[in-house]
Amino acid sequence: MNMREEMSPAGRCEMVLLVQAEFDRELDAAQAANLQAHRTLCRDCQAAERELTQAHSLVHEELYHSMPDAMRQRIVARLDADQPGPVIRPAEGWTRRPATPAALSRFRSWRQSIIGFSLGAACAAAAIFLVLNPAEQSLTEQLVAGHVRALQPGHLEDVASTDQHTVKPWFDGRIDFAPPVKDLGAAGFPLTGGRLDYIAGRPVAALIYQHDKHIINMFVWPTAGSVVPTLQSAERNGYNVVHWSESGMQFWVVSDVEHSQLSNFAQDWQRSP
Amino acid sequence: MLPHLEAAHTLARWLMRDSGAAEEVLQDSMVRALTYFGSFKGINPRGWLLQIVRNAAYSSMKLNRGIELVPIGSNEEAGTDTIADLPSGDDDPETSLIKSRDRCYIRRLLAALPVDLRETLVLRELEELTYKEIAEVTRTPIGTVMSRLWRARQMLVRAVNEQRQKP
Repeated sequence: MNMREEMSPAGRCEMVLLVQAEFDRELDAAQAANLQAHRTLCRDCQAAERELTQAHSLVHEELYHSMPDAMRQRIVARLDADQPGPVIRPAEGWTRRPATPAALSRFRSWRQSIIGFSLGAACAAAAIFLVLNPAEQSLTEQLVAGHVRALQPGHLEDVASTDQHTVKPWFDGRIDFAPPVKDLGAAGFPLTGGRLDYIAGRPVAALIYQHDKHIINMFVWPTAGSVVPTLQSAERNGYNVVHWSESGMQFWVVSDVEHSQLSNFAQDWQRSP
Repeated sequence: MLPHLEAAHTLARWLMRDSGAAEEVLQDSMVRALTYFGSFKGINPRGWLLQIVRNAAYSSMKLNRGIELVPIGSNEEAGTDTIADLPSGDDDPETSLIKSRDRCYIRRLLAALPVDLRETLVLRELEELTYKEIAEVTRTPIGTVMSRLWRARQMLVRAVNEQRQKP
């Protein structure tokens, strides 16, 4: 990174942009240590740090414009154009629903009319179709797809922390509910972070746990349907899925760990205070 | 792309400073994103989508030159986020009034920032992009990203502190 370019804001110590870079967690340990040595002596840099903290607290909540549900629905509807299949309700989504011939023919006409006939474009359309027509995918498949997507480099965590008191507040203002966050490190399932995901037509909280070398994704969102106190399970493409709901939230746990271990995780979660 | 819809909306909303205009930009961006999704080979779909949103917003502002300059009234700002403006139970009425007034004021300050500073601040503070990602989305050298971010924060802090010193 070229730190020297466009530095030295008028009248200030030229290190203030480095103070800012540290504030934004852009410096490595050695750079941060050098800066620390300078900062203990430099009033400009001390003031800069206070201003950065103030700016951060000012904008943190002010910048967020939650997307109105109606707008989200209009946008998804337009993308789904001519695909009026019902949005998956979690209770029904448990079983796989085969695509109907009508849906397939709609897909074909949509694909042909928009993208044309070339093979490359058809591949693109197929990829888009998979991403954008969750109604044609069962909830299980969406969850497994979400899990697999999260395993791609750089996609697992939006907030990386083993501290539940860091992970939980991170969701504030990002989604319209507060997911329960527990660390099950004592039971062999340490919390490693969280992120936002998109399942069943809505943003959901995803909590990431680790078990030995395996990653466990736990998707949480409010439930509209009935309570599922006992564990339900399913298997798709070698991934295990365990589901239950309690206290108005539904929990879907996905991992490649063995089914019995995933059930243990679920039971430990339910028992944990 | 759908997991990043919320992020795309936030950027569009702050670039366009108007809910309706933001929705148009967002619709346009999502359709573009889908059309070109097959050719996307990068590893950061969020940055890629934000770049599309930014391009769409800038073209829209260019097309509607003049219209984009109409400032959003504070009423509109306050009205669209009624829930955020509800006083919280912990505050006495006076404190919550001050808070609500502050919030309006900060939103107006942000909306009034020059667009290049505003987008940099939104991408950093809200989307929590790294400097490198911001540089990619805005097609700007990292040094410029850093100084824009600095200027945006300085303008904000100074304006708020001056406002608070007034009786």
